[in-house]
Amino acid sequence: MIKTTVNGDMRSFDGDPETPLLWYLRDELGLTGTKFGCGAALCGACTIHLGGQAVRACITPVSSADGQQITTIEGLSPDGNHPVQVAWRDLNVAQCGYCQVGQMMQAASLLKDSPKPTDDDINNAMSGNICRCGTYPRIRAAIKQAAGMTAAPEKGAL
Amino acid sequence: MTHDHSYSGMTADTSDVGQIVNLSRRSLLGGAGALVLAVALPNVAQAAGFGADGMPHGWQDSPKIFVAIAEDGAVTITCHRSDMGQGVRTSWAIIIADELEADWAKVHVRQAEADELKYGNQDTDGSRSTRQFFMHMRHAGAAARMMLIQAAAKQWGVPASEITALNSVVTHTKSGKTLSYGALAKAASDLPIPARETVALKDQKDFRYIGKGKIGIIDNVPITTGKAIYAADTRFEGMFYAVIARSPVFGGTVKSFDAAEALKVPGVVKVIQIAAPSAPVMFQPLGGIAVIAKSTWAAMKGREKLAITWDDGPNAKYDSAVYRAELEASARKPGKVVRAQGDVDGVFAKAKNKITAEYYIPHLVQAPMEPMAAVARIVDGNCEIWTSVQAPQAARTNTAKALGVGEDKVRVNVTLLGGGFGRKSKPDYVVEAALCSKVMDGKPVKLQWTREDDIHHGFYHTVSVERIEATVDDKGMPTAWLHRSVAPTIGSIFVAGAENELPFELGMGLVNTPFAIPNMRMENPAAPAHVRIGWFRSVSNIPHAFAIQSFVAELAHAAGRDPKDYLLDVIGPARQIDPTSIGDVWNHGEDPKLYPIDTGRLRKVIETAADGIGWGRKMPKGSGLGVAGHYSFVTYTAVAVEVAVDDKGAITIPRVDIAIDCGPQVNPERIRSQMEGAVVMGMGLALTAEITFKDGKAQQNNFDGYEITRIDAAPKAIHVHLIPNPDYAHVLGGVGEPGVPPVAPAIINAIFAATGRRIRQLPIRNQLSA
Repeated sequence: MIKTTVNGDMRSFDGDPETPLLWYLRDELGLTGTKFGCGAALCGACTIHLGGQAVRACITPVSSADGQQITTIEGLSPDGNHPVQVAWRDLNVAQCGYCQVGQMMQAASLLKDSPKPTDDDINNAMSGNICRCGTYPRIRAAIKQAAGMTAAPEKGAL
Repeated sequence: MTHDHSYSGMTADTSDVGQIVNLSRRSLLGGAGALVLAVALPNVAQAAGFGADGMPHGWQDSPKIFVAIAEDGAVTITCHRSDMGQGVRTSWAIIIADELEADWAKVHVRQAEADELKYGNQDTDGSRSTRQFFMHMRHAGAAARMMLIQAAAKQWGVPASEITALNSVVTHTKSGKTLSYGALAKAASDLPIPARETVALKDQKDFRYIGKGKIGIIDNVPITTGKAIYAADTRFEGMFYAVIARSPVFGGTVKSFDAAEALKVPGVVKVIQIAAPSAPVMFQPLGGIAVIAKSTWAAMKGREKLAITWDDGPNAKYDSAVYRAELEASARKPGKVVRAQGDVDGVFAKAKNKITAEYYIPHLVQAPMEPMAAVARIVDGNCEIWTSVQAPQAARTNTAKALGVGEDKVRVNVTLLGGGFGRKSKPDYVVEAALCSKVMDGKPVKLQWTREDDIHHGFYHTVSVERIEATVDDKGMPTAWLHRSVAPTIGSIFVAGAENELPFELGMGLVNTPFAIPNMRMENPAAPAHVRIGWFRSVSNIPHAFAIQSFVAELAHAAGRDPKDYLLDVIGPARQIDPTSIGDVWNHGEDPKLYPIDTGRLRKVIETAADGIGWGRKMPKGSGLGVAGHYSFVTYTAVAVEVAVDDKGAITIPRVDIAIDCGPQVNPERIRSQMEGAVVMGMGLALTAEITFKDGKAQQNNFDGYEITRIDAAPKAIHVHLIPNPDYAHVLGGVGEPGVPPVAPAIINAIFAATGRRIRQLPIRNQLSA
């Protein structure tokens, strides 16, 4: 029996311990915010936090999470207003949106380690996360906004 | 302004993460409270013609189809086009809400299920949703506004002309009395829809949403909180999961298989064979062996344990390196003439200066971040599907055919698309899901493609050799031009053995090259297809623009001219060209009278992009600027690129300027995002992306071998220049695709400026370090 804490809730799992966390989260727990993109840690769509570190859920077996804390996008912030989430909305970063959960989880991890990241820090932390829509310039800008390095854009009055 | 209303055709069901679909709740949609305008009324079928008139099932503009208003004032707008990141759900809401005079804070979007008789054409491709439906959606919104005003006029006993509408409230201007849309909805719904010719559209000076660019993505909150629903996010209790082993070679079949080991994997419940498709392949599943299990992981592990002997079939020897040589040989011989103007042979025969170049661009795969997936179940003979698809009606039709039932027995619910780029116009995966559910007695099954499946079994972008020959006069200007384009056609999936490009491929920047050259001939030698060929964002414009915009720069160099000035001279003065006069019978499906090729607009985007990047500025050693322009999807785009190449041949692209004239703009914010994304995608195919084949099998497996641009390589600065076109009576152009074609040649031209090295083969990869 593998015991984990997922977004603050105690969970136990007695299936195949080699099951990647991705499928445990999605198929067993119904936490579908974490996405499948490549299954080989090549694209970052499945990025979650395990023990506070960003990891690729698609190649991380459930067994390695025993006794650990897991945070997914659903638990990144209680109200969906983590600074990266706010910045992502302010700058309309998403196009299709599919990779953005992984991007935000990776970015949140980066900002924890480097509260004022340089462009090189951003490249190093984020180059494992592919966006096929090509939203990279906005991802970079949103990280800087979330870090408080740039101001949020003025809201359009409607 | 909040838009936490989650996405879907299952509005009532998507508020919970990892939703369990409860079908009984759908009946509430349109029924909880007096949600009234959402009654489907079939409209008259549209005659065949241009634009949406020329598409299957044409268009609809009934407010009863596209607008619903609840008693609490909530405005639900139905979007019948798929959103794959281009932002059509937001654009639809902008158009309809503006004409409706709806309060944006009350606007929600419902995604239409597949039903073209009800909604009109739903094929989300060709960069034409907004272009072809702008006026129809305006009509729907305006008609609904008129019905609300009429209802208030009746209630107050005053003329409708004394009533205005704004922000979901109608006001009697003389008395100051007001009524909310919610309060009027029931009465409005009982009124007849105003005749189309009586519908009064807003004066564009009164637009509040259209063209303003101040509205965020309608799905921003669900996307940023993980609640957005994509194909694989639909869940049922007791659902099964399936993956399929398909022939590694296109056209191959199962000779024999042994499922014993697969069935030993805990969780695997069934292994079945899916029949190989009959020719032509169209959108049929490829066949193979399906493993059905209680979890995705078990299905994947089970598939690894299958022992399958394949008959590789007729394409077993397909080798893309050998094939390239075949294409080159074909390009050096005459082929089918697809445009002829003047006397090319006569000029060539007498010419002193002739320049020839050949360009090669390989197969690509769309690789949307969301691999294909679909959930299907069959209850009482009714099949219901949840999937992300660009062609909902094709998904429905093909599923019905595969199940042997009528289309009325198939419902296709469209989720958000995690990217499409043309791949999800081909719903083979939807049919696979339905077939898997069928063998499970209709129980819900989620069919999942892996990334390897995506790369190994694609509808690949064509591979092409483009050969251009030109003679030049004493000033270096072209006097005759011969372009041979050799590429397997998308037509080959519809007609087995088709070997020539179709009008829509030829019309993507080959025959309709709008140059001021007196003698021009385009030829299309035959090219047999050995894999499934399919649409890839901007399609044949990619090889055509790459070759043509590179070759013009080569001519400029030979003439000792500035490449931007030379390009403008080759395009010639501002003028309007009837596309049919230069052999383009397709013209992106648009009326050539409404959509002539306007070389003035093409010149303008080239000048704008070049000005933006500071054309002509002195560049440090190893750096250079390049420019390219292209006309596609009845839109004009140009790209200027700054490139730096170090002494090891490594390329960096610090800045790109892209200019677009797409006519009047509905949502400038999303146009900008589409241009930014097009630059990154164009850069990937220029620098790194390639699918090769050996022994019929794709040689790449995943994002390690199929390299697409990542953030560290992407330009830090992409400047988008939107050419204003403020008259909304003018026709609209496309946006989703036209940004891509000029990117690669602009990069190539910049590399030439930086290094003197001319790249004629994509991707560039390490050619500069060789």
